Amino acid sequence: MTMTMKRIHIGNVGDIAEKRARVVRIGELEIAIFKMTGGELKAIENRCPHKGGKLSEGIVCDHHVFCPLHDWKISLRDGLAQAPDEGCVTTFPIEIDAASGELWLSLPEESTIAS
Amino acid sequence: MKKKLVLVGNGMAGVNCIEQLLKLAPNRYDITIFGSEPHPNYNRILLSSVLAGDADMKDIVINERSWYAENGIALHTSHTVTGIDPVKKTVTTDKGLSTEYDELIIATGSNAFMLPVPGADKEGVIAFRDIKDCETMMDAAKQYKKAVVIGGGLLGLEAARGLLNLNMDVTVVHKHPFLMERQLDQTASILLRKELEGQGMRFLMSKNTEQILGKKRVGAIRFSDGTSEEADLVVMAIGIRPNIALARSTGITINQGIVVNDFMETNIPHIHAVGECAEHNGVAYGLVAPLYEQGAVIAKRLSGVETDGYHGSIVSTKLKVSGVDVFSAGVYADRPDTRSVRVQDDFAGIYKKAVIQDGKVIGAVLFGDIGDGSRLFKMIRTGEDVTGREREVLLPASGAPAKSGADLVAEMPDDEVVCGCNGVTKGAIVSAIKEKGCSSIGEIKACTKASASCGGCKPLVGDVLTYVLGADGVKTVKEGMCGCTTLGRDEVVEAIRDMHLTTSKEVMNVLGWTNEEGCSKCRPALNYYLGMAWPDEHEDERESRFVNERNHANIQKDGTYSVVPRMYGGVTTPEDLKKIADIALKYNVPLVKMTGGQRIDLLGVKKEDLPGMWADLDMPSGYAYGKTLRTVKTCVGETFCRFGTQDAMGMGIKLEKKFERLSAPAKVKMAVSGCPRNCAEATIKDFGVVAIDGGWELYVGGNGGTKLRGCDLLTKVKTEDEVIEWSGAYVQYYRETGKYNERTSEWVERVGLDTIKAALEKKEDRLALMERIEHALSLTKDPWKEIIEKRELNETFVPMIEETPASAG
Repeated sequence: MTMTMKRIHIGNVGDIAEKRARVVRIGELEIAIFKMTGGELKAIENRCPHKGGKLSEGIVCDHHVFCPLHDWKISLRDGLAQAPDEGCVTTFPIEIDAASGELWLSLPEESTIAS
Repeated sequence: MKKKLVLVGNGMAGVNCIEQLLKLAPNRYDITIFGSEPHPNYNRILLSSVLAGDADMKDIVINERSWYAENGIALHTSHTVTGIDPVKKTVTTDKGLSTEYDELIIATGSNAFMLPVPGADKEGVIAFRDIKDCETMMDAAKQYKKAVVIGGGLLGLEAARGLLNLNMDVTVVHKHPFLMERQLDQTASILLRKELEGQGMRFLMSKNTEQILGKKRVGAIRFSDGTSEEADLVVMAIGIRPNIALARSTGITINQGIVVNDFMETNIPHIHAVGECAEHNGVAYGLVAPLYEQGAVIAKRLSGVETDGYHGSIVSTKLKVSGVDVFSAGVYADRPDTRSVRVQDDFAGIYKKAVIQDGKVIGAVLFGDIGDGSRLFKMIRTGEDVTGREREVLLPASGAPAKSGADLVAEMPDDEVVCGCNGVTKGAIVSAIKEKGCSSIGEIKACTKASASCGGCKPLVGDVLTYVLGADGVKTVKEGMCGCTTLGRDEVVEAIRDMHLTTSKEVMNVLGWTNEEGCSKCRPALNYYLGMAWPDEHEDERESRFVNERNHANIQKDGTYSVVPRMYGGVTTPEDLKKIADIALKYNVPLVKMTGGQRIDLLGVKKEDLPGMWADLDMPSGYAYGKTLRTVKTCVGETFCRFGTQDAMGMGIKLEKKFERLSAPAKVKMAVSGCPRNCAEATIKDFGVVAIDGGWELYVGGNGGTKLRGCDLLTKVKTEDEVIEWSGAYVQYYRETGKYNERTSEWVERVGLDTIKAALEKKEDRLALMERIEHALSLTKDPWKEIIEKRELNETFVPMIEETPASAG
């Protein structure tokens, strides 16, 4: 089965402060868009694999975020929980238009809720 | 050719025995393990923690499947061994698999005992024994409300606590008039019942279950006295029976359990039994520590190491129910030939008893404070003679220094188990310290698993550390602020002041932080220290604030928030109450609750609704979420009360208006009582004021939360202005010397009351402190207003985009 991707426009790079995150909601799916120091962006599902904490509210250190509920440390690069915890968060590709700073998020078609 | 070893039963006792064997003789056997459950070996003791929500299923796995593979063990889960042929030396499973053995270990554990009453087979009637039972309970909690636990013993109470956590109404039915009667005397049992009733459990004592009623699913229970109790879920936790079916069909001698000798051998050669299925000297144990001792004997025998066998165990138990500390060991009930030492403190909720016979401690019960547990347990095991100093068993001798934990550790034999959950001995911890360089409890935990499960042995592990590494500077473990630095709070604050560092980035660069951007522990701490040291120059780093202080509301477990408006001194007006009510209606607030600090909490608010609600409320933030002044609780004082000697409400309002919004190392709670009856409970606050005739008493360092601590009296003053002056100086001194996250109760104990008194004694010192706090206060703004007014702040409260299914289509 091939996975078709859907690209959606979600805003501008200026909408997010460094070491902070904003949320994008597509139907049931909630995605956190993080801006790391230096401006690099990462998109991961806004749900800690432990107890579902909102990762968008966590403290960002380098390319990690600490879940606000029980302090799990999640890598923003690959979504992996750091030892001794184990688990994984889904990551999503995100692109910045170099000229305008507009942000585009790619989602697998099925998760955008078929209608 | 290697010999073949087969283990029947993939539980804690059997697998631990294999682990011990592998350490002694790594390559001696080809090992095969059969288990009925589909899981690898997990910590059955911690099922109650899973149910209580303190641990996940995966947290309690002891041996991952990879462990079996690494050690060359063939693991067959979901295979129940149904036959043993002791002549051909083979075992056969229900799936038809057959394996030869040279040595066989039976570790089939036990089965939960189900009451043989009519209806016990109905849907919704379960035991509490394995992961499946746990899952059934968690599922039931989603649909049903009313749970009944039959059995008021250790397991039943742990199950009941777990069901309470799952928001069920829980009734515990016990046939005996006292809870945990096999571990506790009546005094402790009554205290336990009171405590659990306080947590919301109901009890039906001296009730015998006669029948379980209902159609397909359970609906109620009927008792022998004719009464009945509604139930949507019934958990039977009345005891366990050794699982001996397999042994019986093989012709092995059985009584209650599988009868074994001191070497854990059954009557059939090459067949051993260990754990809850085994009966040694007439006793079948249901606790974990003896099982490890038994396993060690088999491991030694099978690896050819000399052992003088197993000689029975004295067992201790601890109840794993949050908020209740109960310990019991040995003989706990008084008998004509015993006498006891008792300590009972109803105020602190503490009860201790040591039972003494012929000059030796033979048993103990502790309730409320179980710190003496391991010391008493050791006395029981060693049979130390305490004649003439019986009293000191529970009460430290006046003058004589009590034996330190490290001294007691020194006397422990190397094979004594320190961590009962994971079977880690003192010797194993000592070698982890000496050979692997472990120097903290955390490192020992990572290396040996000691203290990794229930954590009850942490103090003892700490004592082993002190014993090996020495207390007097031989090697004291230096704990930095966090994993990013070895520097402590004082060194960091000194550097911030001396080098005039004003941002977290500078601090981390200059002081050589190992993680460039720090971690969730040091970032908020540095932000606080910087703001305290350089109030004008340091710009608050919003990205270093914990979520609650960034969003100015308290995050709840489901990601919603709570809103608590300021209500100075707990005094409100009909207009404000009306406004709060209207807003709660407008925003469909699911729960409105009074807080312990005399104000109103609106819970379950969506993040995007927060700025709107604050704007509509038009009241200052109550800071119910921050490391700052929370509330000033008051009684009505002389305004209405016939006993009041001063204006308590007025004083409280003045304090709250003075110090609101001020950042502090941790939350600060205050209270003002209008007379020594102290209805505002001022003597368990960070700062408490109690009116006396013609003046005020000022109290400090109290805490009514995590660790109860009564205040110390700081001083007595005459006027309201003096109250403000002393409180300001005290809070500022705390701000300047406290560790981030350290409450005043801990701070007062760390720096000492005399130090604080000396710092505040002189008027000029107080005024200097007061001047600095006034300056810090002058820079604060109401955070709710600020967020409402600044677009770049309030837009972070809404999603960047929100596509509902309709608009997406």
